[in-house]
Amino acid sequence: MQSTTLIIVLLGLMTLAYYMGRKRSLSLVNGRVRDLHSLPSYYGIHTALWCGVPALILFVFWISFEGAVVTGMVVDNLPQEIQELPPERLNLVMNDIRNLAQGDIVSREVDETMQGAADHYSSLLRISDMSLFVIGLSVAILGGLLAQRSINRHQRARNRVEKAINFFLVSSSSLAIFTTIGIVLSVLFESIRFFQQIPVTEFIFGLEWSPQTAIRADQVGSSGVFGAIPLFAGTFLITIIAMFVAVPIGLMSAIYMAEYAGKHFRALAKPVLEVLAGIPTVVYGFFAALTVAPFFRDLGTSLGLSVSSESALAAGVVMGIMIIPFVSSLSDDVINAVPQAMRDGSYGLGATRSETIRQVIIPAALPGIVGGVLLAVSRAIGETMIVVMAAGLSANLTANPLEAVTTVTVQIVTLLVGDQEFDSAKTLAAFALALVLFTITLALNMIALHIVRKYREQYE
Amino acid sequence: MEEFVNESGVVTKPLNPEAATEVDMQASYEQHGSGTVGEIYVDDPRMTCRNVNVYYGEKQAIFDVNLDIGKNQVISMIGPSGCGKSTFLRCLNRMNDTIDVCRVTGQIKMDDQDIYDGGLDVVPLRASVGMVFQKPNPFPKSIYDNIAYGPRIHGLSDNAKHLDEIVESSLTRAGLWEEVKDRMDQPGTGLSGGQQQRLCIARAIAVSPEVILMDEPCSALDPIATAKIEELIDELRENYTIAIVTHSMQQAARVSQRTAYFHLGKLIEVGETDQIFTNPRHKLTEDYITGRFG
Repeated sequence: MQSTTLIIVLLGLMTLAYYMGRKRSLSLVNGRVRDLHSLPSYYGIHTALWCGVPALILFVFWISFEGAVVTGMVVDNLPQEIQELPPERLNLVMNDIRNLAQGDIVSREVDETMQGAADHYSSLLRISDMSLFVIGLSVAILGGLLAQRSINRHQRARNRVEKAINFFLVSSSSLAIFTTIGIVLSVLFESIRFFQQIPVTEFIFGLEWSPQTAIRADQVGSSGVFGAIPLFAGTFLITIIAMFVAVPIGLMSAIYMAEYAGKHFRALAKPVLEVLAGIPTVVYGFFAALTVAPFFRDLGTSLGLSVSSESALAAGVVMGIMIIPFVSSLSDDVINAVPQAMRDGSYGLGATRSETIRQVIIPAALPGIVGGVLLAVSRAIGETMIVVMAAGLSANLTANPLEAVTTVTVQIVTLLVGDQEFDSAKTLAAFALALVLFTITLALNMIALHIVRKYREQYE
Repeated sequence: MEEFVNESGVVTKPLNPEAATEVDMQASYEQHGSGTVGEIYVDDPRMTCRNVNVYYGEKQAIFDVNLDIGKNQVISMIGPSGCGKSTFLRCLNRMNDTIDVCRVTGQIKMDDQDIYDGGLDVVPLRASVGMVFQKPNPFPKSIYDNIAYGPRIHGLSDNAKHLDEIVESSLTRAGLWEEVKDRMDQPGTGLSGGQQQRLCIARAIAVSPEVILMDEPCSALDPIATAKIEELIDELRENYTIAIVTHSMQQAARVSQRTAYFHLGKLIEVGETDQIFTNPRHKLTEDYITGRFG
């Protein structure tokens, strides 16, 4: 609450600083803007930045260290015997003190010391908040005033503002990059922990997947086998089925849109096709589980085949439908990028439309189409919701699309759903699977982008 | 052919050059209707165009053009940018069909067959009226496949050996065989600009057309490559009828026997190339070839 007020007051101060800086720069030259080095608004922004940025930095640091400092001070005041507890136990005590201070439920009986510590804790927090408010605002006012006083005709406000903007942009993009790196590293380290328990070779080449590990030493029947081949095979099977649906339909609809359809039909049909891409995957998921899978099962029964209710076929077909717009819109783009001169050359020789498409346009667009298909494959491999709902959990190693299979993503979900301890091989296996998934999709994306880029160079 | 003479109402009498000044070019033209100065007709026409109008949507691009294209002759079409010469050229093998809004009226005949007749199939028409474009546009295939493309789609070869012969003879006629015979399986796009354009000419020849249309075939090439193409055009005249659109008047003078001058979608003057360049009869033609505009 306190910090929200602080931010709002700070924004108000920055606005004020902007107008003051602007006014001062104008008054220095008696309103003759051309005598200034920069436009008046740059002086305004410069003053506002000096007012806001140092205060914000202080604010961020304060918030990050407040907890640790306050906790340390509370611990120092606790009785000796509590201070000497091992760190985990001490942490629990601190948690209780915090809960007590906030009026939440506490896991032990409240005694005198506890109550005293909690009061101490809340009073420290109050002092911290007050001083942050006072110090923060003084820094803002001081910064703004100093910047405003420093304005003169020759001050290079524009260059400084440009530099500040540059800095903001750089930090935004590095934030995104560091987040990615952080995620990758966390997946990597957890995977390494997993591979300390289960050998890499067993994970990559093992043919059996049964991740139930014993929680207690006396438990029976849950030994835990982590051979990921059935998962890869299941992912692969479903992806292939999806591609068998998506590539021909997507490609042909792209060809129709790009080469045959009239302007009006195209304007109408393209957005409609792209609506498919906007349907949430969970909707596809229950469509697959409740409509398509029973349909295939009944169809199979009438043909005398035994089809599982959670067949790879149903999940794959629905996933293929989901990917159609992906394939079609990427292919449409590359087909349109084939120069008209190619078509003219072919038509000029008396080729018909389909001959031109088959023999000139598709070969010319092929690298781009392949790139698009690879992107679609990586999308299919990483797709989760449809397979969670429609593909089943049993890790069968089979090439029969009528049986139930499971995929890497489904297993990651089931391994992590529910109350789990985070140091067993079972949960760590999710990170290892994620690492493999990430590596595969990253490789596919890089290959695809490389192909697409190479193809672009050819015609531009 | 006589029936067209009456319909078209062509003015063959020369205009007095002094009568038209630059200011009233348009007025002078309208005064004389759709008339074209010069000899529209030739004794031995391969294609005949009568009262051809072309519209792009509402806008009219070609106005009432009458022109014969003589057999085994090179006819060049010149005129300032946007005068409709390329549009007219593209009418001759119905390449304008690929543009949705384009509409062609009038008659264009080849072998007494109106090529805009509803029942006509454009596939054999384009096989007999080939086209070479402004920018070399080899297909992203091997040199061999570029040439073999046309014969394959028209079923011109009986077997692989025959196809090889067609490819070789087409490349030889286009003067490219010696340069590429050792790398037939390399992509056509890897050749130099001039070689690519000769490849495109060879590709057009490979389906044994009777007429070859060339739309500014040298505008993307350097002078040496241009000289080679011009030489080639002159050789090809022996077996083919050629219509070429060009921006270069020197090129028109060098390669063509007849020249047609287009202005704002109208065919202003047509005649022997020598006569057009030495003694133009229409003021507009004279202004253009002496470089007063364009």
